Amino acid sequence: MSQTFLGMPLLPVFGTGNLHASESFPKAAHRELGNAQLRANLGHATHTIRDKRLQVVSELPDWEQLRDAGSAIKESVMARLPELLEQFEKNFTARGGVIHWARDADEANEIVAGLIRETGETEAVKVKSMATQEIGLNEYLEEQGITALETDLAELIVQLDHDKPSHILVPAIHKNRSQVRDIFLREMPGADPALTDDPAKLAAAARTHLRRKFLTAKVAVSGANFALADSGTLAVVESEGNGRMCLTLPESLITVMGIEKLLPTWQDLEVFMQLLPRSSTGERMNPYTSLWTGVTEGDGPQNMHLVLLDNGRSAALADEMGRSALHCIRCSACMNVCPVYERTGGHAYGSTYPGPIGAILSPLMTGIQAEENNSLPYASSLCGACYDACPVKINIPDILVHLRGVDVDSKRGKKKIPTQMDAGMKAASWALSSGKRLGLLEKGLPLGRLAAGPDKKITKLPGIAAGWTQSRDIPAPPPQSFRTWWAKEHRGPDADGGPMPSHNKGDQP
Amino acid sequence: MSARDEILGRVRAALKDSPQVPQVPRGYRATSGLDEKALIELLVDRLVDYKAQVAVVDAAEVPTRIAALLVGAQSYVVPAGLDSGWLAGVEYEPADGRRHLDSAATPLTVAELDGIDAVVTGSAVAVAETGTIILDGSPSQGRRAISLVPDHHICVVKATDIAGILPEALRRIDGTRPLTMISGPSATSDIELERVEGVHGPRKLDVIIAR
Ligand code: SF4
Repeated sequence: MSQTFLGMPLLPVFGTGNLHASESFPKAAHRELGNAQLRANLGHATHTIRDKRLQVVSELPDWEQLRDAGSAIKESVMARLPELLEQFEKNFTARGGVIHWARDADEANEIVAGLIRETGETEAVKVKSMATQEIGLNEYLEEQGITALETDLAELIVQLDHDKPSHILVPAIHKNRSQVRDIFLREMPGADPALTDDPAKLAAAARTHLRRKFLTAKVAVSGANFALADSGTLAVVESEGNGRMCLTLPESLITVMGIEKLLPTWQDLEVFMQLLPRSSTGERMNPYTSLWTGVTEGDGPQNMHLVLLDNGRSAALADEMGRSALHCIRCSACMNVCPVYERTGGHAYGSTYPGPIGAILSPLMTGIQAEENNSLPYASSLCGACYDACPVKINIPDILVHLRGVDVDSKRGKKKIPTQMDAGMKAASWALSSGKRLGLLEKGLPLGRLAAGPDKKITKLPGIAAGWTQSRDIPAPPPQSFRTWWAKEHRGPDADGGPMPSHNKGDQP
Repeated sequence: MSARDEILGRVRAALKDSPQVPQVPRGYRATSGLDEKALIELLVDRLVDYKAQVAVVDAAEVPTRIAALLVGAQSYVVPAGLDSGWLAGVEYEPADGRRHLDSAATPLTVAELDGIDAVVTGSAVAVAETGTIILDGSPSQGRRAISLVPDHHICVVKATDIAGILPEALRRIDGTRPLTMISGPSATSDIELERVEGVHGPRKLDVIIAR
């Protein structure tokens, strides 16, 4: 079919909502690094979950086969997405559910608010969901006079403190127990003033606070971890039972889900329900998983709505190199192994999606030119730990490099005045393209030794290179270049390209 | 254009390079090959790890076991389709209002369930390797709300319903039923990663494995 007939949408259409960094990553990271509490908590959390994950993953003899299957299933979902969406829609609708499609964050928010309004309620209970955070649903509902109550313990802590999550799995990990106690005492009506900071006591306080709400709520809002195209089934994976409460007790359930969450068949669930809990919390299985297929008479909500959200996913899909970022099942394994995330925390990434996956997913969904998102693909040392940990084998380092290229291309030809970087690159290209020129320049190396002074360290470089010496010194350059040394060692006809000398004096760079 | 047509149009256009649909390699394990004794052992090990209480008994002893577990409960609810023999050991006085029956046709309200101490259900299938019990809403398990609101869940698992690994278990059930997969009592690690058992779901889970 030709893709150019009239009415065809112009691609790509990028996403909106909480997907943007409002300041560049280096700037945000610099600030977050000053928060010692955050760094200590995160270091502890990421290492603990990482160790648990390794332990339970090593128990499975077929872990790599499961990853291969998971990766291929997701790849086939992306290739067949239009057909699977239509199949899912048909099955979900046949079982009494109602599907709504949302092009972007605003449209999704309006749909959800409208559905809640139709029930006559002004309060809804919520299960932790990345999609609703992405679209800023709670804030929107608040403007509309509707209270959305987060029921996951960590999300409740973050919400009560008017803060933002810092980790997708343990969103309040940047708070310690006494901070949590203080928040509860300050923000939870009727909290016992004698409340201690024992986590069990704090969890019990949250239980009491939420129980009335669960038992009387008429509307719930949730996300979904998986949706099965061949049956119209939805799945929510959780730990505390707040999910079961929200998915079972209210009369109406509104689920918001990205269009990429589909799996083709029931059989595919056997792969993902093995991959997700072990990669995520490092458990063999999470305490509770709920699955429902439309409306079941007499059991659970009788009004079932699903909002299918694009919000930049189709734009990510259009990037052939980047589309596998949509395979993500939000397990957070890549964050827990990332040396950058471990130090900066989730807030530095700006977007709802932090860490290695956020560094590729956010710019793919918003476009690389959106606000400060072009700094995200550089927030990585490309060590590859995320790729090894990812249960669906997303090659994050490759996509980071690809997006750096997209970023550079997007800026090409835009600048009139050459920057220091441009000048530097030009000079490097001139010097490196000829051995003679390079040799000539290397004669200047001893000058660098003068700059280094007696302790043989250069502590301050000029211009844009200053960034490098802000937190580290560089050693003084050697007295002679490698080329000069080589030429001296290999006086003779084959000085250029002869075998390495068998003796090693150990005194050269 | 409707949002639906526009989104489907965007997705189709995004795939204009017609990416290949890969064959899914399913080289992972489909069965565990464990016998009944080994399955029970593994399931017990995993359940205990989750801090659930477990008893392995002969089928004939199930009623006594249930009666013993219900001793402290002022009231309990059972699905209308529960094997009535399982309750044979529990003293029953219709007038004392201790036992509540629940079904889709005659459901208890959420407020009524909130006042009930315990629930006894059967189960559809269990997964030994992960310590998971799956309820599928069939008559012996009832509506999802009854195994959620009371604070103490007593769940009977028949030894023949234990599968070794997840793929075996999921192949035995109908995915379109309302399903709850339970692996231990509810838990949270949200505060300093310290695990706390018992948040919103039943804080006590007793599993009776019937041989
Ligand atoms: S990218 Fe992979 S490892 Fe990271 S959250 Fe997504 S699925 Fe997990």
